[in-house]
Amino acid sequence: MRFTKDHEWVEIDGDVATVGITAYAAEQLGDVVFVDLPEPGKAMTAGEPMAVVESVKAASDVYAPLTGDVTAANGELTDNPQTVNDQPEGAGWFVKIKLSDPHQVDALMDRAAYETFLATL
Amino acid sequence: MRYLPLTPDDRTAMLAVIGVDTVDALFVDVPDAARLAGPVDLPHHASEMAVERDLVRMAARNRAAGAGPFFCGAGAYRHHVPASVDHLIQRSEFLTSYTPYQPEIAQGTLQVLFEFQSQVSALTGLPVANASMYDGSTACAEAVLMATRVTRRRKAVLSGGLHPHYAETVHTLAHNAGVEVNALPAAVDAEAAVLAAIDAETACVVVQTPNVFGTVTDVTAIAAAAHAAGALLIVTTTEAVSFGLLKSPGEMGADIAVAEGQSIGNSLNFGGPYVGLFACTEKLMRQAPGRLCGETVDAEGRRGFVLTLSTREQHIRRDKATSNICTNSGLCALAFSIHMSLLGGAGLERLARINHARARRTRDALAAVPGVEILTPRFFNEFAVRLPRPAADVVEALLTRDVVAGVPFSRLAPAAGLDDVLLVCATETTTDGDIAAFASALTAELAR
Amino acid sequence: MSMVNVGRPTRPEQSLDLGPSPGAGRGLQQYEPLIFELGGWGKTGVDFEGVEGDLDAVDLDGLTRGAQPALPGLSEPETLRHYVRLSQKNHAIDLALYPLGSCTMKHNPRLDEKLARLPGFADVHPLQPQSTVQGALALMETLSHWLETLTGLPAVALSPKAGAHGELCGLLAIRGAHDARGEARRTVLVPTSAHGTNPASAAQVGYQVREIAQTADGRVDLADLAAQLGPDVAAVMVTNPNTCGLFERDVVEIARLTHAAGAYFYCDGANFNAIVGRVRPADLGVDAMHINLHKTFSTPHGGGGPGAGPVVLSAALAPYAPTPWLIREGDTLRLEEGAVGPAAATQGRVSAFHGQMGMYVRALAYMMSHGADGLRQVAEDAVLNANYVKARLSAAMSPAFPEGPCMHEALFDDTWLDGTGITTLDFAKAMIDEGFHPMTMYFPLVVHGAMLIEPTETESRLELDRFCDTLLGLAAAARAGEVERFRGAPFHAPLRRLDETLAARKPKLRWTPTAR
Repeated sequence: MRFTKDHEWVEIDGDVATVGITAYAAEQLGDVVFVDLPEPGKAMTAGEPMAVVESVKAASDVYAPLTGDVTAANGELTDNPQTVNDQPEGAGWFVKIKLSDPHQVDALMDRAAYETFLATL
Repeated sequence: MRYLPLTPDDRTAMLAVIGVDTVDALFVDVPDAARLAGPVDLPHHASEMAVERDLVRMAARNRAAGAGPFFCGAGAYRHHVPASVDHLIQRSEFLTSYTPYQPEIAQGTLQVLFEFQSQVSALTGLPVANASMYDGSTACAEAVLMATRVTRRRKAVLSGGLHPHYAETVHTLAHNAGVEVNALPAAVDAEAAVLAAIDAETACVVVQTPNVFGTVTDVTAIAAAAHAAGALLIVTTTEAVSFGLLKSPGEMGADIAVAEGQSIGNSLNFGGPYVGLFACTEKLMRQAPGRLCGETVDAEGRRGFVLTLSTREQHIRRDKATSNICTNSGLCALAFSIHMSLLGGAGLERLARINHARARRTRDALAAVPGVEILTPRFFNEFAVRLPRPAADVVEALLTRDVVAGVPFSRLAPAAGLDDVLLVCATETTTDGDIAAFASALTAELAR
Repeated sequence: MSMVNVGRPTRPEQSLDLGPSPGAGRGLQQYEPLIFELGGWGKTGVDFEGVEGDLDAVDLDGLTRGAQPALPGLSEPETLRHYVRLSQKNHAIDLALYPLGSCTMKHNPRLDEKLARLPGFADVHPLQPQSTVQGALALMETLSHWLETLTGLPAVALSPKAGAHGELCGLLAIRGAHDARGEARRTVLVPTSAHGTNPASAAQVGYQVREIAQTADGRVDLADLAAQLGPDVAAVMVTNPNTCGLFERDVVEIARLTHAAGAYFYCDGANFNAIVGRVRPADLGVDAMHINLHKTFSTPHGGGGPGAGPVVLSAALAPYAPTPWLIREGDTLRLEEGAVGPAAATQGRVSAFHGQMGMYVRALAYMMSHGADGLRQVAEDAVLNANYVKARLSAAMSPAFPEGPCMHEALFDDTWLDGTGITTLDFAKAMIDEGFHPMTMYFPLVVHGAMLIEPTETESRLELDRFCDTLLGLAAAARAGEVERFRGAPFHAPLRRLDETLAARKPKLRWTPTAR
């Protein structure tokens, strides 16, 4: 699993990345009440807004960690947004992206680096 | 200074607590050049009696609608409002409270909003209603902006039956947001003309029923055609009492219904404050403008209400908000809701039938006046007539006979080429004597 | 992802078991069901007259609705009970100090209510002949004169229906002025501390919004402003006094820099009540400013409106004011409703009809009651009261900007709560148990755990002391570790904390028959 400074995580399987937000981010947001996900087929560019995650008093943009096309969005979050709080780095995934350049992932942090980064916040 | 509790001694003592000598020291951050040395050039304070005297004098120079035969409608309607409505909205706890951001001590306002939303939903036939907009015209403009967000298209088509003030408001607000607004020429009975103007870029079509000429239209087919083209249908209504009798926007397939709610619970007020009604389908809920009140429970499991889905709003989403609206029409919504609670569905239907009957009687009386042509084929409580002379002149002439005959269409749209069209409205407040006085004054004037 | 963490738990954590509530009320607090639960189906509380036999005859070609609206009706006594019971679950300015910063909850004179209800104002149709509404037009003219004189700006557009609507209207005038010169400027600069309506209004007019940094002493960072100004900037929007309750002491320089860059200076006039009668915005270089009549000029907030947001405009912006225009021709006043004559360059209508007459009457009555001298006193007392609260509360709470005076509101941060385990939200909710409405919380966003207190000028010294004593007592309790008193608060309100998370996850926005 790889991480961004914007608190997204990425799990790579071949040329498909599963993307979500980290446990740290989910904890900071508080109770998630709504997740606005992109439609499958939509093109994503690394660093651009990909989804919106809402708590009662805040709406936060989630950025695409990598470039590619969305192949699936996690419909479970529509019915049960609290899954993001319950299992942020598992069942609470947001989208799957078919990567146009799988090497982009090399630029992301591993868990140790992310935890070091969190310690600086 | 009857509204200022501090005494000179209070001020002195308080300055001492603060640790400054004069109140001027508290304005130290204001640049010297901008500090006024004394009062501006306006009258000094005045007693309650003096202010009342001045304003009563101004009020006396206006002809109240209730002072005699009166037939103006066209977006604002004279109705009887029960005395208890105005009494209740003047309760301190409603009148002098703020937006209910602290739900534990604002359940009164919040429950009212929940009931208001439920009433608006039932009247419009759409499941999601917000807690009010400024008025019908701004609600209409917000609906158009919402449709462009939902469809990600940039064109809006407005019917020729849409109230010209509404069309202008939509144009001002939407045009500057980058939306191309295609307002069709004024037409008495041609709501469906919007269909010919739809293309692949059209976000929405806006129709009105009853329209500004009073014409009632079944827009079901327009809804189907709009949807087939990927556009939303926005149905506008300026006379909320019509919901008691006519097919609701939801029944006819509207995606968004907007209305002016003034008719229920609110006075004419020379045009404001009024209350905009806004309702939409469940699917569009998260793109709706304005406040929404929702049901929940408190820490002990008791039912309560809160403002919800606030992440759509400006105080959280800022430049990405669904609207910039903050203050809306809370107290007017309360008045609407109280009056609606008194009426109930049965009372509203009866009120609507009386309005319809009064208008038909007015139509029959005017149809018998030589030179008058009735233009509106199907109407609720207002209709258009063609006169042999410019309508504005006839209205002015009838004033001398103490009849306010209606609204000349030229007042709303001077360039429409419909100078001879007069919009006439009757409500439950219109008596047989009013109708007779109008018909005889018009007969005499046109014979002149 | 970007995160806005404002530290506001929205799910109640505490539950106090008070045992089952057997009755329908407690003391003077009555339980009150929804109107839909009061059994009024098919009933009506209104008697009608003129009900001849022709009510069944409908001339509508089958366009009647399928079924009567499914709404209950109530008799008049039931109606009175319902709404009076509901009203008693609300806090109100008439009940106690209502210290919402930025909202200006001041006394609402009842004379204003009485006058707005005169038939000559309330029972007048917006489209009846203008010869029959000369008094209404005279009132609008008089109100305009007062607003122009108090701000020093030469023109005013009365029709905007609230502050945010006024912002929109002012920005449209600015856009009109730039467009007329062929300048396609597309950016508006807004401080981070601004009201959310500022960026939202700018976006609605089609502008991009960029934020201006703030200095450590709570003002606009001039260096950042200068660096961001450029040929693409249409306007700079600044609230003054700002949302930290501070006067922008460099405001003249802000205006100079803005004008030098070819942009207009828009002032959010939400806090005009702090300077009314003492400072004219025109003398600060302001080109446009909306005035919330429901704040400075005390028209009632009504649980969320209606308000009114007239916008004053400089000579350069006046041609782009919205229709209608009020024009005097000798002894006669008239409304110019089209884009012709002097109004040829208008931005057009921003709403139907002519604005919020009912609010104009109230605001003018308020202004005339105070007069030029009284309005000056309003600003002085508002500022005095806020500084008094700041001075007294600083004994236990941490002012966000301790140096120098504040204006009409005092801003505290939450550093004084460090280590107590109590948040700004908890503290605010505990105020409810003491009979006060909480202050504005978590706004402005630039101050951590912000508590923004605006007492207004209509509070007596006695009420201010009662308020300060209460907050100091609560602060002592917080320091003494009485955490439960705060975390579970309020305990004595009609309801305990509400589950906002549930409301947002499963939106239930109307009553439905299944609940019957």
